[in-house]
Amino acid sequence: MARIDLDHVRHAYGPNPSRPEDFALREVNQVFEDGGAYALLGPSGCGKTTLLNIISGLLHPSHGRLLFNGDDATELSTQGRNIAQVFQFPVIYDTMTVYDNLAFPLRNRGVAEPDVDRKVREIIKMIDLEDWSKRKARGLTADQKQKISLGRGLVRSDVNAILFDEPLTVIDPHMKWVLRSQLKQLHRQFGYTMVYVTHDQTEALTFADTVVVMHDGQIVQIGTPAELFERPKHTFVGYFIGSPGMNVLPVTVEGRKARLGEQTIELPVAPSAEGQGKVELGIRPEYIRIGALGMPVKVRKVEDIGRHKVLRASLEGQEIAAIVGEDESIPENPRVRFDPAGINIYANSWRVDGEPGRRV
Amino acid sequence: MLELRNVSRTVGGADHIRDVSLTLQHGSLNVLLGPTLSGKTSIMRLMAGLDKPTSGSVWFDGVDVTGVPVQKRNVAMVYQQFINYPAMTVYENIASPLRVAGADAAKIDREVRQAASLLNLTPFLERTPLNLSGGQQQRTALARAIVKNAKLVLLDEPLANLDYKLREELRAELPRIFAATGAIFVYATTEPHEALLLGGNTATLSQGAVTQFGATIEVFRKPQDLITARTFSDPPLNTIALDKAGKDFVLEGGVRIPVPAEIGGIPDANYTIGFHPHHLSLKRPNAQAVAVSAKVLVTEITGSESFVHLAFADARWVMLAHGILTFEPDEMVEVFIDPRNILVFDGFGNALGADRRLAA
Repeated sequence: MARIDLDHVRHAYGPNPSRPEDFALREVNQVFEDGGAYALLGPSGCGKTTLLNIISGLLHPSHGRLLFNGDDATELSTQGRNIAQVFQFPVIYDTMTVYDNLAFPLRNRGVAEPDVDRKVREIIKMIDLEDWSKRKARGLTADQKQKISLGRGLVRSDVNAILFDEPLTVIDPHMKWVLRSQLKQLHRQFGYTMVYVTHDQTEALTFADTVVVMHDGQIVQIGTPAELFERPKHTFVGYFIGSPGMNVLPVTVEGRKARLGEQTIELPVAPSAEGQGKVELGIRPEYIRIGALGMPVKVRKVEDIGRHKVLRASLEGQEIAAIVGEDESIPENPRVRFDPAGINIYANSWRVDGEPGRRV
Repeated sequence: MLELRNVSRTVGGADHIRDVSLTLQHGSLNVLLGPTLSGKTSIMRLMAGLDKPTSGSVWFDGVDVTGVPVQKRNVAMVYQQFINYPAMTVYENIASPLRVAGADAAKIDREVRQAASLLNLTPFLERTPLNLSGGQQQRTALARAIVKNAKLVLLDEPLANLDYKLREELRAELPRIFAATGAIFVYATTEPHEALLLGGNTATLSQGAVTQFGATIEVFRKPQDLITARTFSDPPLNTIALDKAGKDFVLEGGVRIPVPAEIGGIPDANYTIGFHPHHLSLKRPNAQAVAVSAKVLVTEITGSESFVHLAFADARWVMLAHGILTFEPDEMVEVFIDPRNILVFDGFGNALGADRRLAA
């Protein structure tokens, strides 16, 4: 396993890039620590797959260098980098048995047959295809084939890193739970360096110790799942992570007070947001309390989604979402309060803290 | 009203659809929920007239339409893949069913603009589909289905190929769009969460059969059997087989869970109990709750919540808990089961006292 350094890496697909918009991936300086579990999270077109392909060597970056354990790997092929990859759709040999598909990467490297057998059996058990071991891959369903792909990615323990590009997209929800927790256990057991690309926040947050959120070819925040949830650095992170995403409301700030229409909201600290253009207050639906006290709202809709309800309401002309507990009831004329612990203030979409003039 | 009466379909000796009876009302939204290969697409093809049942009949507004081909029915379909005419503008794509129907220019223009406005496509009418994002392409396909003014609209995992967040946005809009047209909508998905967010009615499917059909939240809260309960739970339903002795169910290690009063009269025998991950808790929820000691396998953190995977005897459970929990693998934890929130199934998997509402 290896530590991977991205040193001033940029990429443009077209020739002669000059403006920032010409780059599918704007400047990235990032260290993937040896044995770390990372997720690259973002919507289509954010640059996450471009970044993954640069790490794997499928793509040569137009600018910058890559280091594997400190050695320049920029010019190495995928094979030379000794990396295992799992893609969104199954990449397997249809005419081989399930067993032989999994054994292939090991036999290819001349691993002794008893070791091949031990490792293949372990992986087959993990992906729950023991009954299919001797069957040709051809007759299998799409999700069974994808499980083989996943198994092939995990079968070698001597790789520098394992890269996953949306590997669970075609897997049924119940199987996702099983495979995700097994990936996590494997990571813990063997300490692989893993990089996992996805647009699905649940997959990213549950899989990774460190999540890299990307937007428009840039990294907007790197953090633990808790940091991304509690303190989104950019309103995009607040919106993209969480379901529903963070409520973002236009306010004016004076000292420790934020004004939203007719309402005044007490802030935990005095943010340095004055005179900074567009100022917004971010609060997640989980931090809005419903009751008889606070700011009056007009209820638009209540969605009962089983384990909790989502209240959609209008506050001072702004649409907000709030989470209401399974056993909580919503009063006749509900009012809302914002839990100060969940309030963040944004100036021009970037979070500001209590110290003057500094971005957090 | 669309009726399937005892519809079965056999292909090459294999049962694809087994004795399905369903009645769907105009203006209703109906979710077909089940894993891959459970029969969702097969049922839709029978509803559309793309396939003929091997036995049974299909009725529309009191008329037997069993043998009537899809061209002669008033049906619109939207698929997982974005299907549009690549050489035509969005405007022309949406207009195409109206042109085929021979509508005059004024009617076409009015309806195209109305549908475009409903689906937020107005700024893109002059673009061609390949110059649109995936979400906009699928909106175009949905708009075309809307202007067709079909009595029956079939949506086969329409959001599956979209980003998580785009999916969330479009999903929130769909019920409003559905309600505006008065047609019968049928929506296939593999995801329980999606069914809950859409609301309406849900039919749960397993191996080509409908296991239950009713208001979505009712099916979720009061599944009639174990298969339905499992199909409609994400994270997976926690279950364990145990014996009843007198007033209690007895768990391995001698822990006793009182039998809910409503079903107190059931004989001593082997049963399976089930409970949702959010009904397993670290804090004692009430005096009746029962403590059991389970082993932590792995913990997944979403930022605001933790999914703790647990082993209890041979059972594998997931606990969904608020906040960020950091358990070490193999650590023993005490968790509480609330007898009010358990589902009880007999040896055949039938829910006992299925009409009793969960305390939730």
